[in-house]
Amino acid sequence: MITAEKISSTDKLVSDFEAVKKTLPGNSFVQSIRQKAIESFSALGIPARENEEYKYSNVQKLFSEAVTLSVVEMTLSKISIDKYLIPNLDAHIIVLINGFLSEELSLLKNLEKSVVVSSLQKAFEKHSEFIERHFSTCADINSDAFIALNTAYASDGVFINVPDNTVVEKPIHIINIIAAKESTFFFPRNLFVVGKSAQVQLVETFETHDLPVKAISTSVTEIAINENAKVQYYRLQNDCGNGQQINTVSASQQKNSHFDTNTVTLSGGWVRNNLNIALNGENCESHLNGLFITSDTQHVDNHTLVDHRKPHCESNQTYKGILDGKSTGIFNGKIFVQRDAQKTNAYQSSKNILLSDDATINAKPQLEIYADDVKCSHGSSTGKIDEDALFYLRARGLGIESARKLLLHAFVNDVMQTIRINALRDYLETLIHKKLGE
Amino acid sequence: MLTIKNLRAGIEGKEIIKGFNLEVKAGEVHAIMGPNGSGKSTLSNVLAGREDYIVSGGEVSFNGKNLLDMSPEVRAREGLFLAFQYPIEIPGVSNINFLKTAINEIRAYKGIGPMEAKDFLKLIKEKQALVELQGSLAGRSVNEGFSGGEKKRNEIFQMAVLEPTLAILDETDSGLDIDALRIVANGVNKLRSENRSFIVITHYQRLLDYIVPDFVHVLYDGVIVKSGGKELALELEEKGYDWIKKEVVEA
Repeated sequence: MITAEKISSTDKLVSDFEAVKKTLPGNSFVQSIRQKAIESFSALGIPARENEEYKYSNVQKLFSEAVTLSVVEMTLSKISIDKYLIPNLDAHIIVLINGFLSEELSLLKNLEKSVVVSSLQKAFEKHSEFIERHFSTCADINSDAFIALNTAYASDGVFINVPDNTVVEKPIHIINIIAAKESTFFFPRNLFVVGKSAQVQLVETFETHDLPVKAISTSVTEIAINENAKVQYYRLQNDCGNGQQINTVSASQQKNSHFDTNTVTLSGGWVRNNLNIALNGENCESHLNGLFITSDTQHVDNHTLVDHRKPHCESNQTYKGILDGKSTGIFNGKIFVQRDAQKTNAYQSSKNILLSDDATINAKPQLEIYADDVKCSHGSSTGKIDEDALFYLRARGLGIESARKLLLHAFVNDVMQTIRINALRDYLETLIHKKLGE
Repeated sequence: MLTIKNLRAGIEGKEIIKGFNLEVKAGEVHAIMGPNGSGKSTLSNVLAGREDYIVSGGEVSFNGKNLLDMSPEVRAREGLFLAFQYPIEIPGVSNINFLKTAINEIRAYKGIGPMEAKDFLKLIKEKQALVELQGSLAGRSVNEGFSGGEKKRNEIFQMAVLEPTLAILDETDSGLDIDALRIVANGVNKLRSENRSFIVITHYQRLLDYIVPDFVHVLYDGVIVKSGGKELALELEEKGYDWIKKEVVEA
């Protein structure tokens, strides 16, 4: 057990790594990546406020509070996961407790036989060919301190391999549960490999179970999407107040592939989502949609990076925020169009409604274009609820509260319509209705 | 039904309605005409309860209750309807969903349970025919991408569904071609009854060829300066508003 270690800074995390590295899973290939990752983390350091990428999210403060390092498994057996299930969603269930896969709580019924679902630890041993081909290839340890930190410490998570030409019929629902009695760091690490012409729908939810203290989860999910594959990836962050998350999802798309993501944040005290998509083949399509509805002192920071590296690709981003109380929202969307990426279509939109004078939004769209035959556009708007529309509805007999709700639901409607799993969309509607009714 | 006594109101510190009086009885159709800037739109906004407009004096009684004490939604639930001069586009809210919510909130106010789905659909179908509104329009987002004529027809459609006792038509004829004008006017005429009153606010006489009023009032500088029967509208059409302005100045 290393759980008694107290850490508070980059140096401490680096020196602690020396102490724990022998206990971390993985063969010499993995260990050498870990070594490079900690060196990169040491060089990059926990980003300061001066770092443009972390300007509005004070991660140094987050890490300055003494917390425990957790790289060992914690079991929560015999808890009921019923309350974390999505009503009417017929899905394969994978449960991760503090990033560790719980075989006891997971339920894979009638999963297509060729599909591999295992803990990352087991995958390090049993599926080393996939690990060596894909681990740490989508998420670049030199690009971000938290990718480096997670790669060094990565303890467990879920590995999914959907072989070529395989269509996974039912969605795979990954339930992330954070549970801790004392303030703790976690480093969940997932790897999804989707073969040529394969299709899969992934739903990831983030929850807490009995969390009286602050917990910081620094997770990385890598998704390798091969030719002609179609991946839908939905993330719902409906965490309670003490969960603090820095999540990175890095996807790499090969030619003719489709990748749709939705990131919905309704609760959770402090959330930073990094979503990086590299379009490494021609004719790819990416749809990135996001929605955050915040209140109180919530902090939700969405950073997206879409890197168009090949011609004839299309990317679309729509992020919407509704902010109340003293909450803070950030949308920072970067689109790179590389020199070779001619005939790129890239679109980005960030729209926000502030319900209170104390809520803040920082929206920053960025385009960097090095090709000359492209169509790119971005837009950002922030405002209050439309008073004219509100009056129109009230003049028809709707009470002010139901008129407001109707308008806010309408505002998020286009993002909701991109969710193609009906049970998930219904569940979200219910959660949103509840959240807006507070 | 509606009694307005010495109403004074304005916006942003400027008084626009300056002692307005009107009595509308059940079943009557009153036309209020006037040149631009005379206070026509302010009057309709004040009656519908728009909060930007400040009432500085006078009384408005609607079916015996003090209208000015009511929020916009309560006015609507009590039976007042404003057909907007510029109907608002609300993307993402379907006409049907919006009307269902409106009907059920009005019913709840009156202590009646929600309307059965099949009754609601029957009602929608019936009222759509009244203003020759395409079925697909009713399913679309409120006024989104509607033409000027479609928006005005949608207003009358909503009025038909909500069945108010007093409807205020605020320049419903503006921006309508002659065919759309006829459709809108036919819709209104079919809704005329001995229990339902109308205030038709308009700049031009032509709407009144189709919706024939019982009374015509001329609004100028925030007060009614002349009242008469339907023939007054024709006189205005012939002589223009300058004639009225001159009379006011001379008086």
